[in-house]
Amino acid sequence: MVAPSYDLPDARGHFGPYGGIFVAETLIPALEELRAAYAEALKDPAFIAEFEYDLKHYVGRPSPVYHAKRWSEQLGGAQIYLKREDLNHTGAHKVNNCIGQAILARRMGKKRVIAETGAGQHGVATATVAARYGMECVVYMGSEDIRRQAANVYRMKLLGATVVPVESGSKTLKDAMNEAMRDWVTNVSETFYIIGTVAGPHPYPMMVRNFQAVVGKEAIGQMQEHCGRHPDAVIACVGGGSNAMGIFHPYIPVESVRLIGVEAAGDGLETGRHAASLNAGRPGVLHGNRTYLLQDENGQIIETHSISAGLDYPGVGPEHSWLKDSGRAEYATITDMEALAAFHTLCRMEGIIPALESSHALAYAAKLAPTLPKDKVLLVNLSGRGDKDIHTVAEKSGIKF
Amino acid sequence: MSKIQATFERLRAQRRKVLIPFITAGDPDPALTVPLMHALVEAGSDIIELGVPFSDPMADGPTVQRASERALAKGVSLRKVLGMVANFRADNNETPVVLMGYANPIEAMGVEEFAAAAFDAGVDGVLVVDYSPQESGEFAKAMQANALDPIFLLAPTSTPERVAEVAALASGYVYYVSLKGVTGSSALDVKAVTARIPELRAALGVPVGVGFGIRDAKTAGAVARAADAVVVGSRIIEEIESSTAEDVCARVRDLVIELREGIDDAMMPACAGEC
Repeated sequence: MVAPSYDLPDARGHFGPYGGIFVAETLIPALEELRAAYAEALKDPAFIAEFEYDLKHYVGRPSPVYHAKRWSEQLGGAQIYLKREDLNHTGAHKVNNCIGQAILARRMGKKRVIAETGAGQHGVATATVAARYGMECVVYMGSEDIRRQAANVYRMKLLGATVVPVESGSKTLKDAMNEAMRDWVTNVSETFYIIGTVAGPHPYPMMVRNFQAVVGKEAIGQMQEHCGRHPDAVIACVGGGSNAMGIFHPYIPVESVRLIGVEAAGDGLETGRHAASLNAGRPGVLHGNRTYLLQDENGQIIETHSISAGLDYPGVGPEHSWLKDSGRAEYATITDMEALAAFHTLCRMEGIIPALESSHALAYAAKLAPTLPKDKVLLVNLSGRGDKDIHTVAEKSGIKF
Repeated sequence: MSKIQATFERLRAQRRKVLIPFITAGDPDPALTVPLMHALVEAGSDIIELGVPFSDPMADGPTVQRASERALAKGVSLRKVLGMVANFRADNNETPVVLMGYANPIEAMGVEEFAAAAFDAGVDGVLVVDYSPQESGEFAKAMQANALDPIFLLAPTSTPERVAEVAALASGYVYYVSLKGVTGSSALDVKAVTARIPELRAALGVPVGVGFGIRDAKTAGAVARAADAVVVGSRIIEEIESSTAEDVCARVRDLVIELREGIDDAMMPACAGEC
């Protein structure tokens, strides 16, 4: 039942051929400082205690696991359970990681934090913890995303953060990440870069995963309470892949549990307008690690599309690349239209407005459940709430406020 | 002996320092790259660093980013850059050419195929900004198997252990990044930069070029007193940006002549201390 222990990455941050450290020399010492500080913090009970205290009292953890009974009955197959990360403070799983990194930044004596953001969820979570810990906060955001996500930009400003528009490249998440890296390399002595997903150079993919693994650890106990056993499959959406890595990681050694990541197929894989790096990309090097990337034949990174800004990224965390190649996890795709349908269904059937990102995982569960008997159990990571998405959904439905 | 090594030895014998300009291949137009390379040589450049455009140039400031975007908009790819080098070689078989860029276009082509094609085109060295030494053992081997010098970056923040890692792989020269930041920044501290060079040169066993933030002849001269080579990029690209297709070669030539004079003047014996 339980596989030999899983202990990736190796000392230099490799998950098989993926991960690693692919950055200019100027950043190497900063990454080494971070690696050493993180390793030391993990051995310090006070660090762990503070992280757990804030997760409980500030974020509101543990987040519940909820049996979506009406929806499961309607689908007529496997039972669907939802891990309710949408109920966290700031409305998504992102805050778990931000708290971990902010406490680490303070231990390292860094007074300034920077972040990249696409939809604005990671930016809001970073601005939130920066306010909570009294740190200066600068968030890089593509000017195109700023236009699309005005409410989150205002949220970040309310929380005291400076939002810097990024005008280079495609003016979206990947360019915001480039710009945050440039800031970091310039201000490296006083600045901590809070990366929002399980990508970037080592130790970020490992560190972010470990901070997010609280999601999976809680779920193991909660599923035991609900069902007296492990779920048959765990389903999560994958952009960079932090919510998926968080819920997958504790389940990796439990071989009976299928791990299913769901990528954004946008208008459909065949149209080329999507963000499914694992399904339609090939390995390459971007943002400090080797991983599956959406790129043209000359190795230039191509622009992606998804209705959900949080999945609109041309790469993916390197551990997902490894889980795909090794066969431990499967990666499916869901189109914009399928995700929208699942969004509306969950609103109507369960009284929960899910994030469009999470709606991709829900849509896949809705496809899978009817093919399975009623005693099978699916656990879906409901990684965020959909309040931020109501304008996008309204626009798609032709509704004006 | 590699062409790069020979260049450093020739200039050392003349008690002069190596001038390495950087331009992005295909900027402002693919048809102008080879003429610009010849203009750089006429103005007194010793080695040319030719940037390979990439969609996500993480280590570059806005100037080089814009150059990269202009080149990509004109359809420049790694294979086309190799074609430009081959064209340059039709009229110049002496001046070493170093390609500088990011890992992904090279990996997309395949490291082995790239190494062979780069050699055939007449490339002499390759600097991959995001290949740190611990990730580039195989790459360095493929380069050296094809008589190409793998060029590495070092920074003010590099520890002695890092310097040793680079020393084990590097040939040609090492590019010492003179400041914390991206290309085109303007905060070069000449004293701090030059203080570290003797130690680096001794540890590395190859010449040390200095770049990032060198914007005028005076700074170029001051850096040249300590370094083996001076690299100037963003300043030249600014000149290209503000030129027309008609006057770009002449303007770049004039700028590089100034830099050359700044470096040569600084090396005159009478000038060794103050000028």
